[in-house]
Amino acid sequence: MSSAEATNFMVKAEAVGKSFGRLQVLKGVDLEVRPREVVVIIGPSGGGKSTFLRCINHLEKIDAGRLWVDGELVGYRQRGNKLYELQEREVARKRSEIGMVSQHFNLFPHMTALENVMVGPVQVKGESKPAARDRGTALLQRVGLGDKLGAYPAQLSGGQQQRVAIARALAMEPKLMLFDEPTSALDPELVGDVLGVMRQLAESGMTMIVVTHEIGFAREVGDALLFMADGVILESGEPRQMVANPQHERTRQFLSKVL
Amino acid sequence: MTTDSGAPRSGEQQESLAGTQIKAIPARHPGRWVATIFVLYLVVALIHAAATNPNLDWGEVTRNLFDGFVLKGVLNTLWLTFLSMVVGVVLGTILAVMRLSPVPIVSGAAWAYIWFFRGTPVFVQLLFWGSIAALTGPHVAVQIPLSGVVLFQTTTTNLVPPLVAAVLGLGLNEGAYMAEIVRAGILSVGEGQSEAAASLGMTRLKTMRLIILPQAMRVIVPPTGNETIGMLKTTSLVGATIAYPELTYVVTQVYAVNFLIIPWLLIASIWYLAMTSVLTFGQYYIERYYARGAARTLPPTPLQRLRALFGRTLTTIHAREATQPLGPISKAR
Repeated sequence: MSSAEATNFMVKAEAVGKSFGRLQVLKGVDLEVRPREVVVIIGPSGGGKSTFLRCINHLEKIDAGRLWVDGELVGYRQRGNKLYELQEREVARKRSEIGMVSQHFNLFPHMTALENVMVGPVQVKGESKPAARDRGTALLQRVGLGDKLGAYPAQLSGGQQQRVAIARALAMEPKLMLFDEPTSALDPELVGDVLGVMRQLAESGMTMIVVTHEIGFAREVGDALLFMADGVILESGEPRQMVANPQHERTRQFLSKVL
Repeated sequence: MTTDSGAPRSGEQQESLAGTQIKAIPARHPGRWVATIFVLYLVVALIHAAATNPNLDWGEVTRNLFDGFVLKGVLNTLWLTFLSMVVGVVLGTILAVMRLSPVPIVSGAAWAYIWFFRGTPVFVQLLFWGSIAALTGPHVAVQIPLSGVVLFQTTTTNLVPPLVAAVLGLGLNEGAYMAEIVRAGILSVGEGQSEAAASLGMTRLKTMRLIILPQAMRVIVPPTGNETIGMLKTTSLVGATIAYPELTYVVTQVYAVNFLIIPWLLIASIWYLAMTSVLTFGQYYIERYYARGAARTLPPTPLQRLRALFGRTLTTIHAREATQPLGPISKAR
């Protein structure tokens, strides 16, 4: 597999492995995500879903296999047969092109909603403050928070915070969005707002990898559904078919519990 | 069902209780009265003793409280405190970041620095700085090593005048303490924050400056206020170690001549109390600034607290108004 072949995919994983000490969390994950595709990953906790997402965003270093994002190797540069570890600055630049939304929002509590959305473009991309303010305001309006620009995260509900977090990620104009259980920490009545924003985003053509337990979202929005357990992808397929008629015993068990 | 219990017996009776205030005879607290009288007695006795003891010589105190020498000493003390804290905070922040470095030599060097400066008394360190000429000789020179070619030469007192010696002595020691305070602040910020910053593409240094340190400030400020008040008082050691005319030095110089030790120590104490009081007051405002975003409503300033207190005793209407929660201080930025 050369990187030239990988350029057809937004994300391409080949036998990706990752261990924490003696614990092998990823045991050879293969995945292909095309541009504009929405891939939903489900599976039991501890199955490696979050770790895999974190690997795509360079937050964890893989120690086996190969991983490409937009045709470029993640974390390394290949010259001839040798792999060179990337410098911090290069890793930071690559991260800036990937949006990440986590379960715990992780908004910056000392900044208002608008400042949270502005800080990336201004500090990382060197965008001017007025331009970033205009775009940030528009983004917050897009996620339905046009009236919360000056609110601090502590003054917002969980669902509002998560939508600010999505706007913050979008402000960097990423080519790929990663969602790590974006609705798991939310009260049930707030889940819909966040999923609505994600659905809009998918319709606008964003490439997305979503780890979630929201099977309904997977069925309606996902282009592909993966079932991940014990560090490998056990089953993958078209979401509706797979939910209706899972092939693998583990998938069947899991779906019967969450549906 | 018995009839003499206090429990409501019918919905009708519950309804009739709604909105009625309870009027009960308050419980007696004789112990509180005994304690109050005892403490009041002690306070009166203390004031009486202070007012009538001729050795305190309040006349001498009031005559000289605003003496030119004393005021100069007060200013020097403030200046020395300010400079030493600046050195301490900057150095402490650098040391704290160094201690969290993944490079063993870097974190080890910070550890060794803290070990040395925290492990020796500041008085001894100041004595070293006071005798710096005994360490270097009366002259210092910068020369090309092993060649004897002298590039620059000056006297030691020129290079390290008393103020510089005092600031270095106090500041280098303070850096060791501030390092631990700043480190505690940095560690208090959750890991998710640096990950969120990293996901946006921020480098480690930017993350530290824009995301971690501003949040760490909430933990750093209260003990730093403590350190500043401590520093203000520690500057009194400088007079005894380095000939720099801070407040205590000025006072000891005067009573060495006129032998009015107690009144002149009183003068110094009054000024130290006044200065620490102002610092305590200022700390409120700094804490308030860094509390933004951490709480839904900000704590009231001392002034607002005073207003609320007086409002409540004068009229209840004003009290209610003054204790209204405050909005976020968006204008503070």
